[in-house]
Amino acid sequence: MPDRFDVVVVGSGPGGYVSAIRAAQLGRTVAVVEADRAGGICLNWGCIPTKALLRNAEIIQLFQRAAEFGVTVDQLRTDYGPAYRRSRQVADRMAKGVEFLFRKNKITLIAGRGELVGPGTVRVAPVGAGGEAARTLEGRAVILAPGASPKSLPGIAIDGQRVISSDHALRLERLPASIVVIGAGAVGVEFADVFAAYGVRVALVEALPRVLPVEDEESSRLLSRSFAKRGIDVRPGATVQAVTPTGAGVTVELEQEGTTARLEAEQVLMAVGRGANTQGLGLEPLGVAMDRGFIKVSARMETSVPGVYAIGDAAGPPLLAHKASAEGIVAAEALAGQAPGAVNYDAIPSCTYCHPQVASLGLTEAQAKAQGLPVRVGKYAFQANGRAQALGEPEGFVKVVAASETGEIVGVHIVGAEATELIAEFGLGKTLEATVAEVGHTIHAHPTLSEAVMEAALDAMGAAIHL
Amino acid sequence: MAVTKVVMPKLSEAMETGKLLRWLKQEGDRISGGDIVAEIETDKADIELEAFGSGILRKVLIAPGATVPVGSLIAIIADPADDLGALGAAAQPGPSAAAAAPASTPPAPAPVAPAAAPALPPLPPPAAAATRGSDGQAPAATAPAPFVAGGPRLKASPLAKKLAQQAGVDLAQVRGTGPGGRIIQRDIQAVAAQSRPAPAAAPGASPAASPVRAVPAIARLAGESEDQPLSPLRAAIARQMVQSKGPVPHFYVTTEIAMERASALREELQALPGAPKVTFTDLIVRASAITLLKHPGVNASLHGEAIRRYRAVHLGLAVALDEGLITPVLRDADQKSVFQIASEARDLVERTRARKLRAQELSGATFTVSNLGMFPVDEFSAIINPPEGAILAVGAIGDKPVVVNGQLAVGRRMRVTLSCDHRVMDGAMAARFLADLKAVLEAPLALLV
Repeated sequence: MPDRFDVVVVGSGPGGYVSAIRAAQLGRTVAVVEADRAGGICLNWGCIPTKALLRNAEIIQLFQRAAEFGVTVDQLRTDYGPAYRRSRQVADRMAKGVEFLFRKNKITLIAGRGELVGPGTVRVAPVGAGGEAARTLEGRAVILAPGASPKSLPGIAIDGQRVISSDHALRLERLPASIVVIGAGAVGVEFADVFAAYGVRVALVEALPRVLPVEDEESSRLLSRSFAKRGIDVRPGATVQAVTPTGAGVTVELEQEGTTARLEAEQVLMAVGRGANTQGLGLEPLGVAMDRGFIKVSARMETSVPGVYAIGDAAGPPLLAHKASAEGIVAAEALAGQAPGAVNYDAIPSCTYCHPQVASLGLTEAQAKAQGLPVRVGKYAFQANGRAQALGEPEGFVKVVAASETGEIVGVHIVGAEATELIAEFGLGKTLEATVAEVGHTIHAHPTLSEAVMEAALDAMGAAIHL
Repeated sequence: MAVTKVVMPKLSEAMETGKLLRWLKQEGDRISGGDIVAEIETDKADIELEAFGSGILRKVLIAPGATVPVGSLIAIIADPADDLGALGAAAQPGPSAAAAAPASTPPAPAPVAPAAAPALPPLPPPAAAATRGSDGQAPAATAPAPFVAGGPRLKASPLAKKLAQQAGVDLAQVRGTGPGGRIIQRDIQAVAAQSRPAPAAAPGASPAASPVRAVPAIARLAGESEDQPLSPLRAAIARQMVQSKGPVPHFYVTTEIAMERASALREELQALPGAPKVTFTDLIVRASAITLLKHPGVNASLHGEAIRRYRAVHLGLAVALDEGLITPVLRDADQKSVFQIASEARDLVERTRARKLRAQELSGATFTVSNLGMFPVDEFSAIINPPEGAILAVGAIGDKPVVVNGQLAVGRRMRVTLSCDHRVMDGAMAARFLADLKAVLEAPLALLV
């Protein structure tokens, strides 16, 4: 096998594998170095298996309210084992899909841990006891897509037993009786949702004043209320003082509004964010410039070392799979001599698949106001949407923040059924530079949840019909 | 593998320039010798451009639609590894064509100032039509028709359109940098930023060239001339005015009006509590409206085989914008007091400037007043705005030597000229109208009753 390639990609997550395919499409010979399964964290230990588990959680919740629909369930029994196995099957299928795409595009997948030892040289160290010898790859260009790993709080070790990360949580074959989830970002919120659906006693602790702190305040408020109704002990504005293993489990000491509290649980899930995997990549000897823990890149995704590109989580926030893929395409096209359009960081949707779902794009109302942008806010509640009522999912809203003068879509915030699908319309709108007028004047099928999108856009123009 | 320079070929003896119609290969595409990479339009025919070298199409140097001299470098084919840095300097066309180099606009995201450019502020990127030769033809005469229906379809995002409207930017003048040349938000923002007053010093002047030469007081732009494509408004004016001045037989009648009392009245009116700002135009509009009621033959227009006399007076107000003239209509001016006229006219003018007029406010005038009195204009003749029958052109009010009771004195005078459609009215009719208008303005209490 030749060890010279046009492009060597380190990491096969949604950034790495997409950039590899795009580079191959542009006629480049490509090698991808991956220490785990193809597809990276996203497909194997992140986005995809959690979505499988969340589907289980959704089904349980539907059964719990089956009586509303006249369906009687005498004895509802849930079993987490099959849920876990299903999540693994789904992840496995997706990883196989990536492997298939690699073969189809004649991309060489090399198992091992890649390290940059020269501007176009990647040394691959074998992982595990496979016995494969280390090898060195030469690439005219290198794309670094190493991803990110769960972080912990200072002084608290993730031991994988009492204190676990999302990596461990996705490997649980049975659930604890109780858990304290530390961090109410997307990861913490989604796991809290799954655990709660399976009857685990859940406390959701967040240091910032609200859950999903990067979302619009109204989204956070609605989700907080909804979680509280489901019996989740939601504790925003609470800082963790100590996490101490005890005989039966673990004790979490909190400080909340000047008072202290102790929570006892079987396990703690640490979901306080992720840090870029930049260690052991060989960045420092090569003088690759960094910026606050992330690799510094140009709009073409090139690092300070010519010919070395970086994409995805390691290239800076937001740490989202689809952002990594978009950057991967830019990097592949740039190194192939094309002039790709830069990633539009204002049009990256952010989705949390809890129940009710939360999705957003652009600025929150508060951010827009803090920036001094004159904005008009349009809002439409699913309560008034026929399809949402028919589904029995009247919870939530669509909120559009639009520039007063032009109607430019500044931000969109959706909570409710299929919010994560509905946000796509605004992504397209933003990319086309549509204004609320175009969204509002688009004929939406009746009855659909998407009518709420239209009505919110119309409301931003002061012209909502069903309000 | 060698680097192949793709140049604009000389396809006929007479050919001096060629226009690139479209690229059939894109940057990054693999090229083998003999592949068709582009289509070229010459004065005679459209011709396919064959590649002579093989490799990757590394750089495309001119955009579709651009016209460049024969021999100009238009693309580079090379191996992916080849360093094109050295070609940066070579990316100039042959010596004979050097002067025309800036005509080739690179499609790359950041437009780079041509290396040969002197120390001058960069010109805004040329719009598609600007490549038309500056052959001295008046643009108004060459292309009025296509703009009627909006001209060639402009690709622009909804947001860009709204921003352009608000910033008064003419989309036809903007070069789009979005996909497929679509005009997007940043293009409008760039043009709007450019049209703001620029600093006197030229950016990026070559430092070593002439260290102590003073910056000339008035910067001169490069090139012999510049063709500005007609904006839709300009094109509409061009069309409308030709339709007026050509078929409508104009004649002009001028008079001078003593404005002392009108000036005094204006000051008294403005001093009233709660009074709006009253302009001379407002007084002239009111005077015209009153006078037109008495002269229905002037408040009239030709309609096929008839002369239509209007019962109401709807007055057009000529409002000058940077891009051209717009005449919003003050309806039923004869039924309105000076204060009503003052506040309505002010609102109309403001909304005209903000481009917030409703369609019905732009048509239906029976007579127009055009006042250039804010400029040092003694008098002027206006072109009738069809189908109206007349227009009043108002000059500046100025101190002038006048004879009062056989004595020389200083008077405040204003000259007005009525342009009339001779098919609708005659000189005597116009003269009588002006005499009455003069009487009203010279004894202006009539304006208040």
